Amino acid sequence: MELIFDGLKKAVEMILTGDREILEITWLTLRVCLMAIIISSIIGLPLGMFLGLTRFKGRKIILVLINIGMGLPPVVAGLWITMLLWRSGPLGHLQLLYSPTAIVMAQVLVSLPIITGLTSSAFQQINEKMLLQIKALGATKIQSIALLLKQTKIAIVAAIMAGFGRVIAEVGAAMMVGGNIQGDTRILTTSIVMEVSKGNFDVALAISFILLTVALLITAALTLLQQRKRVS
Amino acid sequence: MLKNRFFATLFVFMLLILSACGNSESDQANAKEEKPEPAELILATTTSTQDSGLLDELLPIFEKENNVKVKTIAVGTGQALEMGAKGEADVLLVHAPKSEEELVTTGDAVNRKRVMYNDFILAGPKDNTADVSGDDILAAFKSISDGKANFVTRGDDSGTHKKELGIWTAVNIEPAGDTYISTGQGMGASLQIANEKNGYILTDRATWLAQEKNLTNLQIVVEGGKDLMNIYHVMQVNPEKHDMVNSKDAEKFVEFMVSSETQDVIESFGKEDYGQSLFFKYTE
Repeated sequence: MELIFDGLKKAVEMILTGDREILEITWLTLRVCLMAIIISSIIGLPLGMFLGLTRFKGRKIILVLINIGMGLPPVVAGLWITMLLWRSGPLGHLQLLYSPTAIVMAQVLVSLPIITGLTSSAFQQINEKMLLQIKALGATKIQSIALLLKQTKIAIVAAIMAGFGRVIAEVGAAMMVGGNIQGDTRILTTSIVMEVSKGNFDVALAISFILLTVALLITAALTLLQQRKRVS
Repeated sequence: MLKNRFFATLFVFMLLILSACGNSESDQANAKEEKPEPAELILATTTSTQDSGLLDELLPIFEKENNVKVKTIAVGTGQALEMGAKGEADVLLVHAPKSEEELVTTGDAVNRKRVMYNDFILAGPKDNTADVSGDDILAAFKSISDGKANFVTRGDDSGTHKKELGIWTAVNIEPAGDTYISTGQGMGASLQIANEKNGYILTDRATWLAQEKNLTNLQIVVEGGKDLMNIYHVMQVNPEKHDMVNSKDAEKFVEFMVSSETQDVIESFGKEDYGQSLFFKYTE
């Protein structure tokens, strides 16, 4: 119990005194996670929408693959990206291993299936009659997409939140492809692992409180966005 | 248009983030204009050098002197050596002399130099169930095995694990069974497990000193024997065998580690916090 209190105290201390290192680590975590989520959303939302609305041969197989991908263990994603980025690997000449970009790549790999899968589920639930009606009223493609997006807003934001939860909590892949390099690829989760292995449980706990605060703020913002009543 | 406010907000939010990322990149670019872009040097090393805090002390000095950005990958010695063999690292700082020699023989590593030493110790439960003491590690391992006491092993191919296996081989015992607990984790985590399971464990002294405060059930039971020396070497990955290796800075790093100024820093490191050195000078 005392440890939890100490950790909380230390977290407040770190933030109030503006501990430069922890601020940088937090900022990097934010940048990396949001970048990954933005990329995953840009690819995953249209893809999920497409898979949800159309019917074609092989679609079910793709959906199965995406659903498996939702449970892809981050260390597996990390291992794949690592092998891809090795100096001796196919993308080795880019020298991306142990850089923040590598972490973003691994995080996209684990969050893309979640966003795609949940988005496609949302669009599959749209009533067929409504689709017909939209067509019948002569909506253009853009108009009908806008209308459908509004219908599925809650589910889409839920998909983004689930993806965000995955990437901010992720540590296995970030450790492997990032290397936990001080001032370069050290993010909140990897610093927690490191502090634990150093035996600094109080510091680890303090960082975990900071991580939870960040996650809470962003999730709260997204929830408010999701739950906001439509104005008209 | 109010209906689209949600997506407009989302869009603006994303743009903000993107521009934030962009800004920081251009900041970096500005910083680079003032100084030539530092070269990157990948250092594969063992967890003990990072977890003890030694590298935090040494690397900033090296980086400043040479305008190099050192990327430290702290893993078990086994993995660090493997990174060297694959050419994924530029320079190695490790502590498993036998395996290192193999790497030199295959030509993957060159310019190998002795840097420093500390020692391994055997930690065990406070009640010392196997009743071991003194400085004879071989006798201690035998008693632990005979007494069926819990023994915690890293089991991760690290330098410490290799050292432990060497001792088991020396006493002709193949460790196995319920009492031989293999964690597959780093030194710190393994010490925690030994602490919870009332087990004996071979550890390097630096990690022990750093962790001691959390290990209320453990004490040092065997220390000081000649078999317990833990020697660290630094070496370059052979640029002739692997592409993309930064050999220029790797060579400088090797020189840096054995220079007398660095050796003084190494030996004085830890005196303030622990009242004793964690690593000792040991160049050739």
